[in-house]
Amino acid sequence: MTAGHTVLPAVAGSVSVGISSLPAVVDLPFRDGYVSSIIFVSLYVSLVAVTLSTLVSVPIALLTGFTDFPGKRLVKSIINTGMGFPSVVVGLLVLFAVSNQGPLGSLELIFTREAMIMSQFVLATPPITAITLAAITGVGDDVRDAARVLGGTRLDVALVVIKEARYGIATAILAGFGRAISEVGSVLIVGGNITSSDGVSKTRTLTTAIQLEARQGQYETAMVLGAVLVGLVLTVNAIVVRLGDTGAMNR
Amino acid sequence: MSIQRRRFLQALSVGAVASIAGCQAPGQTSADGAGVAGETLTLTTTTSTYDTGLLDAIHPQFEEMYGVTVDAVAQGTGAALESARNGDSDVVMVHARGLEDEFMRNGYGINRRNLMFNDFVIVGPESDPAGIQGMDSATDALTAIADAQATFVSRGDNSGTHTKELNLWEAAGTDPGGDWYQETGTGMGEALNIANQQGAYTLSDRGTFISQRSEIDLTILVQGPIEGGPEILANPYGIMAVNPGVHDNANYDLAMAYIGWITSPQAQEAIAEYQVNDEQLFFPEAVSEDPNFQQYVPEGWSSDDSEE
Repeated sequence: MTAGHTVLPAVAGSVSVGISSLPAVVDLPFRDGYVSSIIFVSLYVSLVAVTLSTLVSVPIALLTGFTDFPGKRLVKSIINTGMGFPSVVVGLLVLFAVSNQGPLGSLELIFTREAMIMSQFVLATPPITAITLAAITGVGDDVRDAARVLGGTRLDVALVVIKEARYGIATAILAGFGRAISEVGSVLIVGGNITSSDGVSKTRTLTTAIQLEARQGQYETAMVLGAVLVGLVLTVNAIVVRLGDTGAMNR
Repeated sequence: MSIQRRRFLQALSVGAVASIAGCQAPGQTSADGAGVAGETLTLTTTTSTYDTGLLDAIHPQFEEMYGVTVDAVAQGTGAALESARNGDSDVVMVHARGLEDEFMRNGYGINRRNLMFNDFVIVGPESDPAGIQGMDSATDALTAIADAQATFVSRGDNSGTHTKELNLWEAAGTDPGGDWYQETGTGMGEALNIANQQGAYTLSDRGTFISQRSEIDLTILVQGPIEGGPEILANPYGIMAVNPGVHDNANYDLAMAYIGWITSPQAQEAIAEYQVNDEQLFFPEAVSEDPNFQQYVPEGWSSDDSEE
């Protein structure tokens, strides 16, 4: 908690500088660190979850893509089913897991960012795995053969394939990020939508804040937050696309 | 936007107090905190106490005094009690005496106190198609709405307000159903908006209605007891600690500190002084000349009533 408090104002300050040029109507909520801390929590939770998902998904996709084993189709269909798994059900399952009565109850994770990260991890992993798998499978056999002929180990071959499939993998990560940051049901259930009484977000994200504002009939604030959310997703997408272009030019 | 404005003012005042207090060593300042400084209290509560801004207004006082943080989770009465039942919160503030009594009887809660009250009102469009304006019986009003098949929006979410509404229908001897009766499964504010857009009736707590009145066209048609309406529309709030004998991870010391504080004359005064649009939303009930032992035990409790 103490660490969070020292980090938040710094981030809050830097974000609100960029937004202060908005019209006066929407200016107020940004000034007191409320919205900036919500943006921070949204990004923090989603980025950590997607990073963890990527670390798990890419190896799984490589293993599934490169090896033949009985039940491979089953694994693929499980991954594909996971892509459409309802997020509130994920929230419910994570709630059962981290609730005091659940198997992870002793860790006291309920109503924390960690619980939100868990549910977003579960949500983001299937799309990242499935799209990465498609990207890897799409890399031509000739590339793999070439790498193998040149004396590459399995790791070398994997690296070559990852390099070839990097746009597809970037798309996969973006899809996972999109699912994580726009999620509302599960983070509301396991996070609790908490701010401290001075208005700094603890587990409130852009989506749960929009839900709350809509519940209170504060549609203007909800719209502003919605615009911020869309802007954030666009920005992250633009950055990733930009990185991809730079990579292509350097090649 | 009033909520944001208030947050802004609070942030200012909290910031000012913090900068003054900054020269003292944190954690050692709260001698009266009895070792709870730095801890976090998880409070699950109904949406009405949260959405009206009451908790944001009064919690800084408690947090300053004890050097602690309150995590308020607004869930609706049914869900708030369920979280407490699972040991996921330390203290629970709700408004459905029947559900509270069940919670106490089952041993999940201890040290229940009456906290405060306001009342429910029946609101609807000014055109008032069912002609209920000025009725002094809530059940007659509901019967009239049912007879007229005028659209009625029900929370349908197992909240305190929903529970009260169902009790009212039962008392009216009507089993509501059909196209005119719409269960939304949403919080009070959203239910008011839905009723507003449809020109429908709904049962609302006075606090949420007042805090939203400027944005909706609905009007109060049947008053609650605060304005001389029937007693059946009373809306008492209770507070209970989660029993550490059932959930040993419950932060019982802090929960009791919180209950002690919020039932103190000081906090009760803060509750009484809290206003939205120049109207008082909650009426303190914890400090009173009346002994009222009924607040400590489930209603209808007798000593040979022990185990369920």
